[in-house]
Amino acid sequence: MAVARTEPVATVRTEGRAWPVTRRTLLYLLMSIIAFVAVFPFLWSLLGSFKSSEDLFEFSVADPGTYLPREFKVDNYSTVWGLNFGRFFFNSAFVAAVITLAHLVLASTAGYAFARLEFRGRDVLFAAVIATLMIPFQVTMVPLFILVKNFPLAGGNDIVGQGGFGLVNTYWGLTVPLFPTAYGTFLLRQFFQTLPRELEDAARIDGASEFRIYWNIILPLSGAALAVLTVFSFQQTWNDFVWPFIITKTEEMKTIQVGLANFRQEFNTDWGLLMAATMVATVPILIMFLMTQRYFVQGIALSGIKG
Amino acid sequence: MAASTASVAPVSSKGKGAGFGNGWGYIFITPVLAFISIFVIIPIAAAFYYSITDYDLLKAPSLADPLWKNYGRLMDDPRYMRSVTNTLFFAGATVPAGVITSLALATLINRQIRTIYFFRAMFYMPVVSSFVAVSLIWLWLYEPQFGLFNDILELFGLDRLKWLRSPDTSMLSIVILSIWKNMGLNMVIYLAGLQGIPPHLMEAADIDGAGRVSKFFNITMPLLAPTTFFVVIVYFIGALQMFVQVWIMTSAIGNGSLTGGPLDSTVTVVVLVYSNAFEYLKMGYASAMSVVLFVVIGLVTLLNAKVLSYDIGY
Repeated sequence: MAVARTEPVATVRTEGRAWPVTRRTLLYLLMSIIAFVAVFPFLWSLLGSFKSSEDLFEFSVADPGTYLPREFKVDNYSTVWGLNFGRFFFNSAFVAAVITLAHLVLASTAGYAFARLEFRGRDVLFAAVIATLMIPFQVTMVPLFILVKNFPLAGGNDIVGQGGFGLVNTYWGLTVPLFPTAYGTFLLRQFFQTLPRELEDAARIDGASEFRIYWNIILPLSGAALAVLTVFSFQQTWNDFVWPFIITKTEEMKTIQVGLANFRQEFNTDWGLLMAATMVATVPILIMFLMTQRYFVQGIALSGIKG
Repeated sequence: MAASTASVAPVSSKGKGAGFGNGWGYIFITPVLAFISIFVIIPIAAAFYYSITDYDLLKAPSLADPLWKNYGRLMDDPRYMRSVTNTLFFAGATVPAGVITSLALATLINRQIRTIYFFRAMFYMPVVSSFVAVSLIWLWLYEPQFGLFNDILELFGLDRLKWLRSPDTSMLSIVILSIWKNMGLNMVIYLAGLQGIPPHLMEAADIDGAGRVSKFFNITMPLLAPTTFFVVIVYFIGALQMFVQVWIMTSAIGNGSLTGGPLDSTVTVVVLVYSNAFEYLKMGYASAMSVVLFVVIGLVTLLNAKVLSYDIGY
């Protein structure tokens, strides 16, 4: 459509077919080059992860025969898995799942109230929630750590939060501080506003409570929006580094991104091993993205332009 | 496009003065407000408080003497000043690049071809990966001895570079990686903007005999101005928080306090917040840095909100 629109009809007719064909070819060429640039580092890392040390050492850019592994070795992966990556993987999946679930519950309830219910101060409170979107995590991380460390009656702390480690290095500390979801609240509020009101009104006349309406009418209609938030929250939490890095102290509690970062310090130049670890941390999220691409795009389009 | 200003607008005029409703509204919003208050609002307030104290986590915080001591020290700290210029340099390089790449990619995928979904997915892959992972991959590509980039340079008869190992090229190397990582970050937002441009404007321009370039600069760009401001803010706030790339790529092995080398050429504000707070336990000093960062981001955001509130009608 865009092509047809920008191309005056006369040009197409008089100049024949050669021109559009060339343009289309150029377009594909250009897009292919950019796609290659975008994807190449991942492919390179994937190939490297299957190479042995000698294989990596013998690589020469002038000899395409050395681009692929001489034989695909999974040794790097078994080594990585043996070095606690199974545990890191589980921690990341668990933490991401818990936070995503919390976001779904908190954002859908608040989003429903902000979209549909009427109460004093609603618009001011909603504006306040939106304002917190602009507070970057890096600004709050120091006081947040202090808060979590001094959490009363946890991890050996007394009633005023002194004496122990609080929630540092626990699943509580890894998950609960990341529950606030201004973004999710905004996203779902925007979506709920697009739903037709007739069903709710009928239910209200029949005497259904607001909770029943939320649970039995709004949520079942909102599968797509909830999917968007699920995909977003999960991806963000899985990739998150700074907070788990600050809050975890032992190997058993580390998430996969933290494990990966420490790995780099430990296995400085063992690139095959490092790339295998990188792939273990990256491939699941890339697969999830490719399967749910539609929701990513919807989510950005729904929130981005309006935010 | 008009919706860009509508995010905080009331749902209906009934929203105001509606009394307390039946109370369900408050029940539904209490959980999210509670979590936001405890884990976002209180920490911000605490950051301001800690920034005027001496606090090492072991003893209770005590007020600094004078109160602005930590802020005064910022000015005299050459490493901090270096981190500010580095961070601004990083933002100055990556923000315009991000705007250009996102708009260019959006223009490319703004057409009805079946394969566009494939290309869109490819362009977006670096965005959905973690910064830790892509930093590690690029660390290998940049490796002076075994890295692919130097091999390619050599193949073309060029000199091998030291990339991250030289203060002259280290920040540039991180900039290149970051541009690559986020080139598609706002592609979809621009795409929505492009598709919101009414076709009759372009048709009118065609009748007037306007060329592609002229149409782009005289119609597309002005109409996309609100989107561009939004995109600039997203990239800018992201750039001010840059941390992971430095942590993975230029930290000295086994010595986190030397992160940001060589010769402080890649040290950023957040790197110093981290190392002062969690390596030196100078919570007050680190909080002062956080507060300055917060104020800068707040000012930029307000500026953005002001600009965004001018809607462009057509």
